Amino acid sequence: MTTRKTELMVGFFVILTISATLLLAMKVVNQGFSDNESSYTLYAKFDNIGGLKARSAVKVGGVTVGRVESIYLDPEDFNPVVVLSLSQQYNNFPDTSSVAILTSGLLGEQYIGFQPGFAFDDFVTLADGDYIQDTKSALVLEDLIGQFLFSRDSE
Amino acid sequence: MTENLVDIQNITFSRANRIIYDDISIQIPKGKITAIMGPSGIGKTTMLRLIGGQLIPDQGDIKFAGESIPKMSRKHLYQTRKAMSMLFQSGALFTDMSVFDNVAFALREHTPLSESVIKTLVLLKLEAVGLRGAANLMPSELSGGMARRAALARAIALDPELIMYDEPFAGQDPISMGVLVKLIKALSEALSVTSIVVTHDVSEVLDIADYVYILANKKVIGHGTAEQIKASDSKLVQQFLQGQADGPVPFHYPATDLSTQLLGDSL
Amino acid sequence: MNWVVQVGANTLDTIRSFGRAFLMLTGALIAVPQLKNIRLTLQQIYVVGVQSLLIILVSGLFIGMVMALQGYTILVGYGAEGSLGPMVALSLLRELGPVVTALLFAGRAGSALTAEIGLMKATEQLSSLEMMAVDPLRRVVAPRVWAGIISMPMLAIIFSAIGILGGHLVGVDWLGVDSGSYWSIMQATVDWNKDVVNGIIKSIVFAIVVTWIAIFKGYDAVPTSEGISQATTQTVVYSSLAVLGLDFVLTALMFGIN
Repeated sequence: MTTRKTELMVGFFVILTISATLLLAMKVVNQGFSDNESSYTLYAKFDNIGGLKARSAVKVGGVTVGRVESIYLDPEDFNPVVVLSLSQQYNNFPDTSSVAILTSGLLGEQYIGFQPGFAFDDFVTLADGDYIQDTKSALVLEDLIGQFLFSRDSE
Repeated sequence: MTENLVDIQNITFSRANRIIYDDISIQIPKGKITAIMGPSGIGKTTMLRLIGGQLIPDQGDIKFAGESIPKMSRKHLYQTRKAMSMLFQSGALFTDMSVFDNVAFALREHTPLSESVIKTLVLLKLEAVGLRGAANLMPSELSGGMARRAALARAIALDPELIMYDEPFAGQDPISMGVLVKLIKALSEALSVTSIVVTHDVSEVLDIADYVYILANKKVIGHGTAEQIKASDSKLVQQFLQGQADGPVPFHYPATDLSTQLLGDSL
Repeated sequence: MNWVVQVGANTLDTIRSFGRAFLMLTGALIAVPQLKNIRLTLQQIYVVGVQSLLIILVSGLFIGMVMALQGYTILVGYGAEGSLGPMVALSLLRELGPVVTALLFAGRAGSALTAEIGLMKATEQLSSLEMMAVDPLRRVVAPRVWAGIISMPMLAIIFSAIGILGGHLVGVDWLGVDSGSYWSIMQATVDWNKDVVNGIIKSIVFAIVVTWIAIFKGYDAVPTSEGISQATTQTVVYSSLAVLGLDFVLTALMFGIN
């Protein structure tokens, strides 16, 4: 009967849609660090964040351990504060750790490079809500050129 | 004869500012064949749609088995429509189903009957119109006359009280016409249903109709039994029955005087 | 003064047809779902969805391939051919998937729906249903509306997926972009909620609009051959314009304020 063929083809259609959705979910979309995974929050204050955006990656030695949750300006000293959301899986970084804003490739997008500090015997780990003290701001091309010219002048 | 299944009382109906009926009354007696005749373009089909509740008259009332059609709620109207059926001019078979499924359609929609009972009923209805052998054909494979017979089988599927035929003879060859005339007569007698035949084919319908209404110029211009109509002394009725080109219904569409228009400069 | 009258008449006409379209949709969709109607909807998904699959697959593949080719020649100038993946994926998921699918759907399935329902009206099948005490809005219109709304987002997802594969075929297999960077930079850039879900939302909106226009144009057509051909043309023109206009509004709402 024709209905059987119809049902077969519609079933095929549905399966094709599901596999297309799976392709998008598995291959196309970032799935390394999802929002509902348990995470903790750290704060870092920079002088200049350059082109950093919310949802930029936080990497330790190239491994993504979290994402930038949000960015806002401290109303008292007018410095940008970056809110980092790190996976609970990596929760024992020492408080001597430092963060820097780096660029992937020459024109690539910017991310947070997280440099774990040395762990002494009585080290204190960074806990939810802590500020990271040691930060290195983004390199701004204009500043670099300015410094370069200045140093040439003084020679 | 005294009991009327459909009673149309003083209705006025207009569409797009054109009056189609002006204060018309028609009575359809139960169990008889009533013919409604008239020249083309006077809205005979409209009359059937009014009875079926697809259109609402501007004034007047239409009663079906004592209940007013225009005043019915939508739900009640749908319930009432199960007791009537209509044979459309084109047949209006559902083109995506076979003849069998077309006839079975109303049974499947409105009755909880099992598929085997439906099969029996459908084959009986098709046998009645002589198309049992064509059950598995698609509507596109049928000739015009066969399509109309298949539609007739579909129309009688639910054993309605009233069957309305919209131009059943239009565009049919003499053989198909003869078959249809015979079928309408036979169905009317065998099932004792009430039939309304809307047509302009005079001779065929006068043979089978128990009562005849002739409409023209927004009015009923004559009614009576076939004999009474044939003996009518109304010029209008006689012009219609004998198919004269000119008469009370003019040959010319209303226009200004010919010589005035030819000599003048307006078109 | 005459043209003022004309403007007024046209406005009233337009408002009236919107009213009729709205009545048709509510009449069709406000009903208790029945098992029988689900089977009819399935049948219509076959007609509007499965039968549009081929054109969607072929166009999706080729659009993905063309985008990879064009994108590569531009990006390679900056040494940024690694960004080919996100370029192809984002354009497909956000814009081309929903929009091109809607346009193709309007041409393939929308015009067919208009013609089919217009013909059912012209051959008195709709009247006939009414006289058989079967509501054509529920029997004929509702399954087709649902089928359109369900099918088009499915087609759009398939379109985007096959387009990304087409981009991979040209970019990676023919032009030599690194396969790893094609996928990984894509993954780093594309966001599920922002890109994929928003694309699907767009597609659902387009599906409602295109299907609605197509079915209403058929249902409201003048039941003559001229009227039906006119209605079919109008379906394609109106739904294409509606899709492109709505796309701007939706894009502004979804991505504009950020």
